[in-house]
Amino acid sequence: MTSSVAWWPALVLGGLLTFLIRLSFIALLGRIEVPPLLSRALRFVPAAVLTAIIVPELLMHGGAVDLTPGNHRLLAGLVATAVALKTRSVAFTIVAGMGALWLLQAFLGGS
Amino acid sequence: MPAPASIPSRWREFLAGCRDESPILLGVAPFGMIYGVLALGAGLDAFTSQAMSSVVFAGSAQLIATRLIHEGTPAAVLIMTIFVVNLRHALYSASLARELRPLSAGWKALLAYLLTDEAYAVIAARVRRDAAGEPSPLRHWYFLGAGFTLWFSWQLATAAGVFLGAQVPARWQLDFTLALTFIALVFPALKDRATLAAAAGAGVLAVLGAGLPFKLGLVLAALGGIAAGLLVEARS
Repeated sequence: MTSSVAWWPALVLGGLLTFLIRLSFIALLGRIEVPPLLSRALRFVPAAVLTAIIVPELLMHGGAVDLTPGNHRLLAGLVATAVALKTRSVAFTIVAGMGALWLLQAFLGGS
Repeated sequence: MPAPASIPSRWREFLAGCRDESPILLGVAPFGMIYGVLALGAGLDAFTSQAMSSVVFAGSAQLIATRLIHEGTPAAVLIMTIFVVNLRHALYSASLARELRPLSAGWKALLAYLLTDEAYAVIAARVRRDAAGEPSPLRHWYFLGAGFTLWFSWQLATAAGVFLGAQVPARWQLDFTLALTFIALVFPALKDRATLAAAAGAGVLAVLGAGLPFKLGLVLAALGGIAAGLLVEARS
């Protein structure tokens, strides 16, 4: 267990930075435009950040890349990907992915 | 003498903002609940989990923070990650700067605090509708209504998730819902070859960098993916 109080300074600073980002151009009274390179770069933030979370979560198991069927999260993730592509629904994707993970766990055992 | 009707019309603008924000809540509520469950699962207490929803108040960044906290990441890396993930809000700030220019500093600060992806979507739609004519001088109450509705629902959804998270055993592996949520969210972001390159670059770097100290792999993978996207875009 982590001590919650120990995280407070980081969370307050993270929150303050988030607020300052949101306030930035509003406070500058609209006199300053976003630098073109920054505005082009920000377009890629969702694709890059989301994928950087998803891929290790699916491919890695116990600290190493594991592409065998023993990696249940990889199989469940592939099921969820198919459902996400078909339905574009967050709810259906979660239900399908968790359902697949639980079934694999129940019938194949292990983690 | 000021028109006595001005108070009800403030309310009308505020309530219109609440109403236009409400369809979005269907997608936001499960997201907030998952955050609450994951925050407890990461070892945070109920108070800190709930407080993060008003202190940071940014869905994706909060979800990613639970993962980093769970893994005991150093505070500096956690702060840097929150910064990179939320940097996109600078674009929203820039896009609304002119619209909010006549407002007082207090209003600007309040609306900036409430400026999430979901509030921006509704506010930007109103700005587009107003583009043809002279906007109402009370329009900021509409913005407040949209922002407040999202804020309030986010707090409620967090509370529900924190409550639920306390009842769920670890073998349910609910932490996997983070990856599943992001799988559903990533496909609409893959619009062209450049965004695909950003995703592919970030994915490869995240695996290669998984062993890096201080969990720096995530930030480096995100920055590397952004660079890959820019490179592909510059070539085409």
